[in-house]
Amino acid sequence: METETFETTGDGLADATGLAMHDPDTASGLPQLDFSHFGNQIFWLVVTLVVIYLILSRVALPRIGAILAERQGTITNDIAVAEDLKAQALKAEEAYEKALADARAQAQAIVAETRAEIQAELDAALKEADAEIAARTAESESAIADIRAGAIEAVQTVATDTAEALVAAMGSKPDGAAIKAAVENRMKG
Amino acid sequence: MATEVQGEEGGLVFHPMDQFKVEPLFGGDVIAWYTPTNVTLWLGLTVLAIVALLILGSSKRAIVPSRGQSVAELAYGFIYKMVEDVCGKEGVKYFPYIMTLFMFIVFANFLGLLPMAFTTTSHIAVTGLLAITVFLSVTVLGFVLNGPAFLGLFWAKEAPLALRPVLAVIELISYFVRPVSHSIRLAGTMMAGHAVVKVFAGFAVIAAISPLSIVAITAMYGLEVLVAFIQAYVFTILTCVYLKDALQPAH
Repeated sequence: METETFETTGDGLADATGLAMHDPDTASGLPQLDFSHFGNQIFWLVVTLVVIYLILSRVALPRIGAILAERQGTITNDIAVAEDLKAQALKAEEAYEKALADARAQAQAIVAETRAEIQAELDAALKEADAEIAARTAESESAIADIRAGAIEAVQTVATDTAEALVAAMGSKPDGAAIKAAVENRMKG
Repeated sequence: MATEVQGEEGGLVFHPMDQFKVEPLFGGDVIAWYTPTNVTLWLGLTVLAIVALLILGSSKRAIVPSRGQSVAELAYGFIYKMVEDVCGKEGVKYFPYIMTLFMFIVFANFLGLLPMAFTTTSHIAVTGLLAITVFLSVTVLGFVLNGPAFLGLFWAKEAPLALRPVLAVIELISYFVRPVSHSIRLAGTMMAGHAVVKVFAGFAVIAAISPLSIVAITAMYGLEVLVAFIQAYVFTILTCVYLKDALQPAH
C-alpha cells in the first residue's frame, strides 16, 4: 500500500500529468495513468459487466436459486417423512408392547387356571387316597382285632389244655370248670 | 519505480510495470475505444470463467451437488447472505447487481494471478468505473427511494445541535471520498502486489539471490491469493454498506 501511494503521488502522477499525456506509447510511468486508452478499457468493461449481468440474472442465479430451494424442499420433505416413519415406529412399538403385555397376562391366567385345575385334581385324588387309606386302616384294625380275639381264645384254650394236662400229670382228676375259671381269672390279671 | 531499481542494480533490467501495459491484440499502434486489446482478452476470459463456474457447474441441477456445483452454490450463498445481512430484506432485489460485481472482481483478480496474465482490476480505469457506477447508482437510488429525506444521512440526529453542521460537512466529504477510496483500494493493492512479484522475479537473474527470490515470490504469491479474494470481498461488502445507506438513510 505504501509503495502504491508513493508511486501515485511521486513518479506516476508526474508522468500522468506530464510525460504520459504527451507520449503515451513510450511512457515509462504507470500504464494505469495513461489516459489514452481509458475509453477502450471503459468500453470493454461496460460490455463485460452487461454480459456478466445478463448471464447471471437470466441463467445462473435463477438456476442456482432453484437448486437451493429444491434442495431445501427435499430436505424438509425428507424430514417430514422421517418424522412420520418415526411416529409409525413408535406406534408399532406400542402395539408390540401391548401385545406382549396381553400375552403375558393371558399366560398368567392360563397358569393360574391350570394350577387351580391341578390343585382341584390333586385335592380330589388326595381325598380319595385318604378315604381309601382310612378304609384300609379300618379293615386292618378289624382284622387285627379279629386276630387278637382269636389269639386270646387260642391262648385260653391252650392254657386250659395245658393246665388240664398238668393237673392230670400231677395225678388228680382235672376239674374242667375250675381250671377254666382259674385261667380266665389269670387272663384278666 | 522501474528506473529507480535500474539505477541501483546497474546491469539488472526491471520492468515491473510492463505487465500493466494496454496493447492491441492484433498488432497496430492505435488504441481506439473499440480496439480489441489485452484488456478485452482478459475481460472475455473473466466472463468465460464465470460461465464455467456458475452455468456449467450448475448444469446438472443435482440435489447432491458435484464439486463445481458446490462452489457455485457457495458463491451464491455467500453473496446472498452478505446482501441480506447488510442491506436487510429489501436489499435482496439488488442481489444480481452485487453478485455481478463480486463475480467479476474475484475472477478478474484470480485470473490476473496467472503467470503472463493481464490484471484488469489493477487499472484505475476499471475500478474507477465500478466505484463511480456504485456511487452514482446508490446516490440516485437514495434520492428516488427516500426523496429529500436521503439528505438526513448527513445530519446526525444523535449529536448535539451545535456539532451537527460540522458533522454534516465531514459526512459530506466522506461521502464523496467513497468512490475514490473504493476504487484506489482495489486497483492499488492489485497493482502493488503484482509489481512486487515482478521485482522479485527480476532478482532471480542473479544466481546467488535466486533461491531467496523464488521463496519471496512464493510467499508474495500466497499473499496475493489472499488479497485477490479479500479485495473482492471488501469491494462487495462496502457496496452493500453504501446500498444500505440508500435503502435506510436513518441509521
